[in-house]
Amino acid sequence: MTNHATAETPLYGLMAEFEDPNELVKACRAAYGQGYRRMDAYSPYPIEEAAEAIGFHKTSVPLLVLLGGILGGTTGYLLQYWINLYAYPLNVGGRPLHSWPSFIIVTFEMTILFAGITAVVGMLGLNGLPQPYHPVFNNPRFSAASRDRFFLCIEAADPQFDRDGTERFMQTLNPRNVTEVLD
Amino acid sequence: MDTESKKKTSDVCPGSKDKALGLNEVKQKLTEARGPKYWRTLDELAQTPEFEEMLHREFPRHASEWTDKASRRDFLKVMSASLALAGLSACTKQPLEPIVPYVRQPEQLTLGKPLFFASAMPMGAYSVPVLVESHEGRPTKIEGNPQHPATLGGTDVYSQSSVLTMYDPDRSQSAMFNGEARPWADFVTAIRPTIEKVRANGGAGLRFLTGATSSPSFVAHMRELQKAFPQSKWYQWEPVNRDNVYAGAAAAFGQPVETVYDFSKAKVVLSLDGDFLTSGFPGFHRYARQFAAQRRPELKEQMLRFYAVESTPTNTGGKADHRLRLKASEIENFARAVASQLGVGGAGGSLSGEQQKFAQAVVKDLQANRGRAVVVVGDSQPAAVHALAHAMNAALGAAGQTVFHTDPIDANAGAGKVDQLKTLVGEMNTGNIELLVMMGVNPMYDAPADVNFLDAMNKVATRVHHGLYFDETAKFCHWHLNGTHYLESWGDVRAFDGTVSLIQPLIAPLYGGRSEYELVSVFLNQPDMSTFEVVQRYWQSQPGAGDFNTWWRSALHDGFIRDTALPRRTVAATGAVPPPQPTQGGGFELAFRRDPTVYDGRFANNGWLQETPKPMTQITWDNPVLLSVATAKKLGVATESVLEIEVEGRKVKGAVWVTPGHPDDAATVYLGYGRDNAGRVGSGLGFNAYKLRASGTPWIVTNAKVRGTGETYQLASPQGHQSMEGRALVRAATLEEFIKNPAFAHEMAEAPAPGLTLYEAYEYKEHKWGMAIDQNSCIGCKTCVVACQAENNIPVVGKLEVKRGRHMNWLRVDTYHEGTAENPKTYFQPVPCMHCENAPCEVVCPVNATVHSTEGLNDMVYNRCVGTRYCSNNCPYKVRRFNFLLYTDWTTPQLKLLNNPDVTVRSRGVMEKCTFCVQRITHGRIAAEEQNRKVADGEVLTACQQACPADAIVFGDMNDKDSRVSKLKASTRNYGLLEDLNTRPRTTYLAAVRNPNPELES
Amino acid sequence: MEESQEIKDSVRLERLLPGQTPVLVPGHSFGTVTDKIVGIVLRRPVTLGWLVGFAIVFGLLNLLGLAVVYLVFRGTGIWGINVPVGWGFAIINFVWWVGIGHAGTLISAILLLLKQNWRNSINRFAEAMTLFAVACAAIFPLIHTGRPWLAAYWLFPYPNTMGMWPQFRSPLIWDVFAVSTYATISALFWFIGLLPDLATFRDTAKNPWARKIYGLLSMGWRGSARHWKRYESAYLLLAGLATPLVLSVHTVVSFDFAVSIIPGWHATIFPPYFVAGAIYSGFAMVLVLAIPIRAFYGVKDMITDRHLDNAAKVMLGTGLIVAYGYGMELFFAWYSGNGFERFMMKNRMFGPYAWAYWSLIIFNVLIPQVLWLRKVRLSPVRLFMTSIVVLIGMWLERFVIVVTSLHRDFLPSSWGHYVATRWDWATYIGTLGLFLTAMFLFIRVMPMITIFEMRMLLPESRVAPEEVAAHD
Repeated sequence: MTNHATAETPLYGLMAEFEDPNELVKACRAAYGQGYRRMDAYSPYPIEEAAEAIGFHKTSVPLLVLLGGILGGTTGYLLQYWINLYAYPLNVGGRPLHSWPSFIIVTFEMTILFAGITAVVGMLGLNGLPQPYHPVFNNPRFSAASRDRFFLCIEAADPQFDRDGTERFMQTLNPRNVTEVLD
Repeated sequence: MDTESKKKTSDVCPGSKDKALGLNEVKQKLTEARGPKYWRTLDELAQTPEFEEMLHREFPRHASEWTDKASRRDFLKVMSASLALAGLSACTKQPLEPIVPYVRQPEQLTLGKPLFFASAMPMGAYSVPVLVESHEGRPTKIEGNPQHPATLGGTDVYSQSSVLTMYDPDRSQSAMFNGEARPWADFVTAIRPTIEKVRANGGAGLRFLTGATSSPSFVAHMRELQKAFPQSKWYQWEPVNRDNVYAGAAAAFGQPVETVYDFSKAKVVLSLDGDFLTSGFPGFHRYARQFAAQRRPELKEQMLRFYAVESTPTNTGGKADHRLRLKASEIENFARAVASQLGVGGAGGSLSGEQQKFAQAVVKDLQANRGRAVVVVGDSQPAAVHALAHAMNAALGAAGQTVFHTDPIDANAGAGKVDQLKTLVGEMNTGNIELLVMMGVNPMYDAPADVNFLDAMNKVATRVHHGLYFDETAKFCHWHLNGTHYLESWGDVRAFDGTVSLIQPLIAPLYGGRSEYELVSVFLNQPDMSTFEVVQRYWQSQPGAGDFNTWWRSALHDGFIRDTALPRRTVAATGAVPPPQPTQGGGFELAFRRDPTVYDGRFANNGWLQETPKPMTQITWDNPVLLSVATAKKLGVATESVLEIEVEGRKVKGAVWVTPGHPDDAATVYLGYGRDNAGRVGSGLGFNAYKLRASGTPWIVTNAKVRGTGETYQLASPQGHQSMEGRALVRAATLEEFIKNPAFAHEMAEAPAPGLTLYEAYEYKEHKWGMAIDQNSCIGCKTCVVACQAENNIPVVGKLEVKRGRHMNWLRVDTYHEGTAENPKTYFQPVPCMHCENAPCEVVCPVNATVHSTEGLNDMVYNRCVGTRYCSNNCPYKVRRFNFLLYTDWTTPQLKLLNNPDVTVRSRGVMEKCTFCVQRITHGRIAAEEQNRKVADGEVLTACQQACPADAIVFGDMNDKDSRVSKLKASTRNYGLLEDLNTRPRTTYLAAVRNPNPELES
Repeated sequence: MEESQEIKDSVRLERLLPGQTPVLVPGHSFGTVTDKIVGIVLRRPVTLGWLVGFAIVFGLLNLLGLAVVYLVFRGTGIWGINVPVGWGFAIINFVWWVGIGHAGTLISAILLLLKQNWRNSINRFAEAMTLFAVACAAIFPLIHTGRPWLAAYWLFPYPNTMGMWPQFRSPLIWDVFAVSTYATISALFWFIGLLPDLATFRDTAKNPWARKIYGLLSMGWRGSARHWKRYESAYLLLAGLATPLVLSVHTVVSFDFAVSIIPGWHATIFPPYFVAGAIYSGFAMVLVLAIPIRAFYGVKDMITDRHLDNAAKVMLGTGLIVAYGYGMELFFAWYSGNGFERFMMKNRMFGPYAWAYWSLIIFNVLIPQVLWLRKVRLSPVRLFMTSIVVLIGMWLERFVIVVTSLHRDFLPSSWGHYVATRWDWATYIGTLGLFLTAMFLFIRVMPMITIFEMRMLLPESRVAPEEVAAHD
């Protein structure tokens, strides 16, 4: 335990480093069991179990996508309906003004477009990205999180957080090491 | 300009001494001036002869300014200031004398409303009476004069295209001395001594050479001149002349009478190379109208039957019920045989096999219809055939019924044109000719090959050429005087029936030209006498009816002088028909023909005519060598291979076009191409067939030699393929079948029943425009094509683009052959936009650039079009045209004046097509609304319909049950092209019905 | 020491079918896959070979620029098109490129849904290829119009002074919507896939500029479990959306023809057989790129023979569907009893453009049958040649459809010919330049293989349930 939190640089949390996904998941489960809630796990590839373990069970992305799709579809169809029947009705090749079969394709494409964009924007938004700065990056070892290491970070903001108690607890999860993360 | 030549010119024309005005002085004057004064200065400046001279000194004709962009721009900049182009400020100069509009009210000019003026276009001795549409003083379109007895409202390709010639920027734009620009005044002064010189000995050294003319006032003017110069002579030359016609008449009746046919009374017609359904044949318009009327199958048994005996396939032969292909030289023998069988003594002639069978049937048919039969002969057939025809017509009691005679239209029909030219050349070669004045002729280009006109000319001290272009002949003359177009000058001329039309100018000479009258006046020491005075003075001298001014006004108004048709003359056949001549040669035969579009070459620089597909061959921009399929095979050549033709040592090379229905062991070449000085459009196209044409054998050469050269030369034809591939496109039947089953057309292919669609049909309450085209009437003459081009500002794209399949004509006349290559049946199908009610083009346009109007027009919205060309791909009729490049000429100011202001000028990258002349519909609608009534039937005529000599195209409101178009569409012959695609075309066709002789129909 | 032990187990863990090569050659760990792929971009110096190649393709790109500038200056008349053949190379190339642009999304989306984990090593550059192909394709509909400066925006619905709107019954409008949607979704799909790998680059790069740029692009990705969960669900949904989309795109493209009334275009079989054709050419292009790349960059252990084998099988399958399509066209022409249809087919096979039709049959139907042979499928060189043949064949297919149908339609009077000009060729070759230039750059600056998905291919990536069972 080297660096210590000071007045100007408060503590963000404590971070344990693991080499193996299983260790990480175990650690998360344990921490959750201990009643910790303000914590997060970091891994170089998606680990479903880790999210479950820290009590993050469902995301609202699918709902957003559904809404986006519906919005896109209706926009697409109504646009065509309005244009052809009200904005500028024209006799085109003797076809009726409301040629609904011809309108299907654009409706479909608009559905996909809106849904797709919502999926991406929604995901990024919910994740709070883009976010150039984040305390976890202050941990010099954290760069390995995008390579081959796994991290569990319990935040100081957690009601149960106690600088020493929590560190002791984390040491029990046999991590490679536990480090402070300054804010 | 080098001082050397300056000296040379100055001593000949003292008038031009050091009045030179430089470009810098001009700039000087302009910079001093400001605002409105600026323009005034320009105008004043532009009026001065110094300026005009400077203009031409700085920018000489024939200089390379056209290739060099920059100088071309300067040229146009200065030109636009010059008098010639004062029209750029949107007000072309009106003629000084009062001109009288045709029927349209009000008579004075209202902006945006075209005025129409009656006039007439001279064609050799004959003329095409026309109405000229004028927008704010700019003649833009030629229309037929429906009241004129000689045309009954029809026009032809030459008259339709004549406005373009008038504006042609390649016309010579000033008088020239040795190729250098000179003001007219200089000529008047400079020529004076020469005139006095020839006057000394009564004009013995003075010769005039003009084209054929029938103008009473001009003839009178010349006679006056000949009084002043009793020894002078006036000769006439026409490369495409009627020598044989008059010689034949002379042989038959002892005098060269005019022969006029009346098909309205005819039931059986036999044509011996008589292409009376081709533009340029005297009487073409009235004949076409009458012929078409007599060919209506609704006449049942009374329908006219037409036999054609032809050498070169023409659209006339295409209309025949039976066509016999013979070498031009064999037709005489055929004529003799028929004549003898008709009881004409001493005709001789013997036939065998197919020809005999054909002849017998024809004779039978002719005799069965005495008094209603007629034999027509072409100008290219020798005099003997004409004489025979007169005898046959007499034997058939046709005289006075279907044929009658008048005094000749040509003021100088007595002596043959070829003889006149040869006499003149003979006199010139004596070296005694001081002054030769040539007006509107181009012998250096079109004189017979055995007449060395150049040598003769060089023996003439002073040579003066007067004409529209600085042409091959002008090049070899001391003086060239720029002439006036018929739309720029007063005059008068006879139609083929003799009716006199007054020619009134629509615009002051665009390039400051002077008329022939004025040139002649110079010799009468009245250089200031205007053309108007000469013409009017002549008619004042005539015994007119009552008050001259009223008479004059009504004559101008009507476009013709009533009761001037030449009286019919009863002439008795004198003596027997000429005895058969032993046919010489017997080698490969060559037939000369006037070109169906550029005529004898005089229209070579007219882009519209060059790009009009020639009837039958559909070729543009070239003159092909026509060969029959068998002959081509025998010579081992194919279409587009270059053939060398040799006649008495004179050789030319031309590209072959293998033509079904052409006689074997013979070729046809068209005159009028291979010009060197036609202008930027017409020079260097095709080959010059005049080089093969000797004075003795003007039409038929029987000892030609031909050989393939192995080279090829591309010919551009917009029609890809001339067989219908067994598709029911032109639906046709024989009269017999038609009487048995009037609805035959509907059994070939049928439109799906209206109930079969899920969509409810649109209603067209106000008007429902539609068009019906009678394929039985259409004679394939292409007049409608040129009319459409003129009306709708359709650009000319040039040979290469046509070859690439990018011609722009909105209306085309498809020509299909059916049957054997030796003797095919031919069908003509004019194809404008069909204005389909279920238009395939509209559905696929992504930007609503083509949509339906409430009156059912398939509108094309140019400024909305982005040019995906999808509409064209999806158009089963392929009537849409795309501006692949910038085809419209946006720079040449003269051509801007030509544009019809009622029609958008299209730019690059947009689609365009037939609009049913929507601008005319709108004019009609506005006129009707002003008097709050509905548009009457026949009030709106499309350009093609108005121009059609055969009355084959009818346009109108399908909601009006009594309109002509409704009636035609009700006909059992009416059908829609490709209607089985359920496009519901508004343009429909009346099926063709042939009237074959059962005896010949095998 | 113990690490190597784990790897041995893992090899045992992965059950291989007899004679099947593994997706990922044994011997890799989280670290090694990361280093290898990152190394290609961050460590490997710019080689002479790359430079020469780039110079060539960049030259071709400039040819495209020249051709387009001259086109805008002079007009579409510089091409061989005319009436009746109003569409030529431009549309042929458009359809060809869009078709190629199908493989990427197909591999990424459909194979993902089908849980074909072998896709993981090829989907990244397949997606890149898709984007670049679609970019090439998108050029043509725009520049082939007579007035591109207007077509650029008049085809989109926006309120304008003329109060005019696009005409939604036109397949061209459907095209605009389909292709632009497809381009957008593919781009998003590609970028989202890149996000975690960009983070890896950010954390690995030495060069401060590289760190900054990759840092910006990675949007501060930190691999949080919550993020990963949302990420996965979004990625899956995108895949789900992209699947019907990719099928719709070529269906719509086929409508450009099927909706018209021209014999040879107006055919109900078009949508399915266009889609099959698209996948066909798409996989051919994937192989044409994958085979040299894996050789040059030594990633044979990630793009293994098994990938080639599978891709070849897909080609064979889709190729047979396409062949069936040709058969059906022939059958319909006869069965319809419609004179125009019959003539169209006769004209295709024996008319002026018969050469195109028969070479199409040879290239697209006959030659690819060699893919039945395993030894061809496993021989990179033979496979490469076959793919090239297929690409040419698919181009010819579009040529035959566009040109032979148009040049002789209903009225013989309007029959014509089509001859491509040098500008047609310049534009086509130019787009090849654009495509390859983009590919060259992509390989230099982006991970051509998805690193995090490669990590997931490693056995040790799996969380063993029994081990993590909670104690308390």
